[in-house]
Amino acid sequence: MSRSYLPHWVHWLGSPPNFYRFAGALRPWLFWSTLVLGAIGLYGGLVLAPSDYQQGDAYRIIFIHVPCAWMSLFAYGCMAAAALIALVWRIKLAEVIAMECAPVGAAFTFVTLVTGSLWGKPMWGTWWTWDARLTSELVLLFLYFGVIGLFNAIEDRRRAARAASLLALVGIVNLPIVHYSVVWWNTLHQGSTVNLFGQSHISADMLWPLLLMALATHLYFFASVLNRARVGLLAVEGGKDWARGLVAESANA
Amino acid sequence: MVALVQSETTVQTPGALTAARALLRRELLLAWRRRNDALFPVLYAIIVTALFPFALGPEPQLLARVSGGVLLVTVLLAMLPTLESMFRGDLEDGSLEQMLLAPQPLALLALARIAGYWLSTTLPLIVVAPLLALLLHLPLDVLPVLLAALLLATPLLALLGAVLAALTAATRRSAILLALMLLPLAVPVVIFAAGAVAAAQSGLPHSAPLLWLAAALVLALVLAPLACAAALRIAVET
Repeated sequence: MSRSYLPHWVHWLGSPPNFYRFAGALRPWLFWSTLVLGAIGLYGGLVLAPSDYQQGDAYRIIFIHVPCAWMSLFAYGCMAAAALIALVWRIKLAEVIAMECAPVGAAFTFVTLVTGSLWGKPMWGTWWTWDARLTSELVLLFLYFGVIGLFNAIEDRRRAARAASLLALVGIVNLPIVHYSVVWWNTLHQGSTVNLFGQSHISADMLWPLLLMALATHLYFFASVLNRARVGLLAVEGGKDWARGLVAESANA
Repeated sequence: MVALVQSETTVQTPGALTAARALLRRELLLAWRRRNDALFPVLYAIIVTALFPFALGPEPQLLARVSGGVLLVTVLLAMLPTLESMFRGDLEDGSLEQMLLAPQPLALLALARIAGYWLSTTLPLIVVAPLLALLLHLPLDVLPVLLAALLLATPLLALLGAVLAALTAATRRSAILLALMLLPLAVPVVIFAAGAVAAAQSGLPHSAPLLWLAAALVLALVLAPLACAAALRIAVET
């Protein structure tokens, strides 16, 4: 008899029907708190916070751009953690969660790149520059695309998830190497011309909306991943009794 | 009796290195029997390189400035189609399953397989690289640096590519998918290899990027076969 070192609720939550109900119950709370916190954060950032003495009002895109940039890395970390659990312990739920993190993370990365280039046009006078940070973010987007593409290329859902999980882990080993090599490459050629974080002391009026927006994007990420994972679980577990029971319930209602 | 049977099987099982050597020999023999196939990546590289002067104009200074980067990207692109089919044949004729069932460690067998691929497919590209460099007016004194960069970068790309090729072995039409997965991982390799050539061209010290490449190669030699073995297990398991 093998002893488990994990608390009981971890095992309980790992079961697909339990997770399906738990995520369904959590979903409205997450979505509503995202909306409320996001609204307060945006109001604080776009209306209450003072203009920057150097960048004027254009800096206000920071309240979208920076939380999304944080989330693009956070989502990759979540995906890699779930992928590791999926590969080591072969937990079906972890496979589903790892795969559902990828599109959400890719969306955050895309928003980061778009808002960054919108910000770059008035500030640096160009839509795109091969700055180390920008290039790393672009490579991150392609890593996400690789995971999504591999997951969709393989017929068998579970095998596809395991293969894409391995790719996610290869990516996370490679990501720091990519980042530091890009920093090295750029400094070799032209030195650092653009420093995104020039202002190291951010005013408190700007800080609290930023942190609120970061919290809102985290909540949105969890809400979105849980929501997607419910659908993913139904797709994987379509033939099981609990999934059939759900369909029958919704058909009767 | 049981002990007797056990000792018999241990005697019959070849050691890991013997098996890896046999696999490498088989790989090279197969490549030699189909030696025309090895010409295709070379022809592809020649054609791509020859297109650049048409696109950029025949000015020697301009061509010399971009030649290092163009050659590295060309070699990387020429490797892509052959990487894609690296494990395809083995999967279809069942020899991949024999590799998985073999008592020898799969990672070592995968490493032998990658070494065979590098020797048979990538080495011809490196042999033809000086010719391509001359076509693009790369200064002759930079040529050794280019060859050193290629000798370090191509095994690294082969190791990275083998992991991804193993992941896509069971999928159809995976050439674009492989490119999508490999190119982000290849960014540091291209940066350091082209950086060494560019540094040598402008008379700067170029040993640092080459040493970085060598360090990455050592790291990949240890880690990539393990990841490749895990990917092969995922591709074959039902």
